Amino acid sequence: MRHGKYRFIIGFLAIPLALYGVLVISPFVQDFQISMTDWSGISSDKKFIGLDNYQKLIHNDLFWKSLSHNIIMLLVVPLVTLSLGLFFAFMLNVGGRRRGSAAGVSGVRGSSIYKVVFFFPQVLSVTIIAVLWQQIYNPDNKEGLLNALLGNVGLGALQHAWLGDKSTALACIMVVMIWANVGFYVVLFSAGMASIPTEIYEAARLDGAERGTTFFRITLPLLRDTVATGWVYMGIMAMDGFAFVQLMSVNNGGPDESTDVLPLLLYKTAFRDNSQFGYAASMGVAMLIVTLIFAILSMRLSRRDRIEF
Amino acid sequence: MTTNAVSVEKQKSAAPTAKNRTKRNWRRSEGGVLNVFSHGFLLVWALMVGVPMLWVLWSSLKTSGDIVGSPWSLPTHLHFDNWTRAWNKANIGQYFINTAIVVGCSTTGTMILGSMAAYVLARFEFFGNRFIYYLFVAGMAFPVVMVLVPLFFVTKNLGLLNTFPGLILVYIAYSLPFTVFFMTSFFRTLPTSIAEAALVDGASHSRTFFQIMLPMSKPGLISIGVFNILGQWNQYLLPIVLNQGDSKNYLLTQGLADLATQQGYAGDWAALFAGLAIAMLPVLAVYIVFQKQIQAGLTAGAIK
Repeated sequence: MRHGKYRFIIGFLAIPLALYGVLVISPFVQDFQISMTDWSGISSDKKFIGLDNYQKLIHNDLFWKSLSHNIIMLLVVPLVTLSLGLFFAFMLNVGGRRRGSAAGVSGVRGSSIYKVVFFFPQVLSVTIIAVLWQQIYNPDNKEGLLNALLGNVGLGALQHAWLGDKSTALACIMVVMIWANVGFYVVLFSAGMASIPTEIYEAARLDGAERGTTFFRITLPLLRDTVATGWVYMGIMAMDGFAFVQLMSVNNGGPDESTDVLPLLLYKTAFRDNSQFGYAASMGVAMLIVTLIFAILSMRLSRRDRIEF
Repeated sequence: MTTNAVSVEKQKSAAPTAKNRTKRNWRRSEGGVLNVFSHGFLLVWALMVGVPMLWVLWSSLKTSGDIVGSPWSLPTHLHFDNWTRAWNKANIGQYFINTAIVVGCSTTGTMILGSMAAYVLARFEFFGNRFIYYLFVAGMAFPVVMVLVPLFFVTKNLGLLNTFPGLILVYIAYSLPFTVFFMTSFFRTLPTSIAEAALVDGASHSRTFFQIMLPMSKPGLISIGVFNILGQWNQYLLPIVLNQGDSKNYLLTQGLADLATQQGYAGDWAALFAGLAIAMLPVLAVYIVFQKQIQAGLTAGAIK
């Protein structure tokens, strides 16, 4: 029996662990190693150069520029996405006309349809979304959906080369990231709000609380854990803005490097510009550090006592 | 006197109703204003999400000239030839099949291997159990792009670069953390008595797993299965790095990105929109059919 148990455990764990070890853990460990070499990938010779790549990285302006774009995304995208998600979820669940009960609190009619529609972008691939929005942002006043719309409603003055102007390009890409993710958080927060007993709202309403107050005093504190999880989740996602930037930006991170982000810089350094693998690996380590700092800070800030209900 | 009393009584009885009515009116109007207010915002966002997608559909049925000249106009004739052109000439059909093969295999593999590992980790005590569990869970925290360089060479050294089996194995490996995490907590919630009864009756551990525990965990398997299918179907980064070979072997996401670049030069916008529509519709159709399970599955995954 005992023997059978261990044979079973090993039998069931061997393949998943081997696969995970070879394709996830070992690359992870190797990344640190490669980051300390001058490897260019083509030949097998790689020289150990210690922290030279990191030194080079610190003096690379493009690295800092990309990192700053990542940090802007890390702060703006989760904040706006989660705020909109909370707002819409609140409207869906508590924004409705009263029904029956004295201080009735109910969802708006058709809330399930809204949820279905809002969730659409979440099931589409990033490629579809990026290509689609590239066409929406098309700078031509007659070709681009957005510019044509502005022209049609008499706001021609606002027509713009959205992705081609370095002052708006990054913001335009962030809008798409937000657009793509809001639906998920509406559904997520709706599920959380649905589990808050309506009596709590009704009691607050009877005590004369406005809906705005109930939101900040009841909903938000009770959803704290969900919001915190969503924040970290969204932050890790924003850190990887690779596909959006690579597909939408002019000249891969342009114009004038105004949209370049670390993952894209890493990709270009490794697979486009002279295969500087060692250097690219050091960017991977830098990304890990930023992600870890973000995760730790978020956890610290969100740690509070749990509220049971 | 009597009339007075009556009128007082009347007033008395009328007063509360009037008060009630104004109160109700006030409530209703407040509810109404808020209702209009919420519907207003919700509708604006629904349009912002829905219109771009409808735009892809209606543009995919227009000629390139119409798309370029007036993007907001509806198609005058339905040009389904765009779709056949995208499917055949732009290879969207081939990419679609490639993706179906890769995602079909990798999701199946992820589910089998992930639940096997999760079952052992959830139900058995042995040396290193916690360590292995956290090893898997730690994988959820870092972005794949970070290890792109070593991953490329590991795959290359194994002879798996630019092959479907290579992509499948990598997809499985990177889906394991979340699958193991999710399924471990799921297996812990299942009652132990049935599995114990089966063991007492002489069933082997693996038989107990495949014939009893796995069928019992169907709801969990569906949630995580949907999560994996969507995630792997939409993967873009891994294919463009690990599948750079023959363009016939591209996956749908790669093919679309390629098409978008090419059509910029060729001017066949109609084919691009048709390609987008072909890639979009099946996913949306599956989503609309299974939307309850998908929403529940994806959000359950994020909460836990």
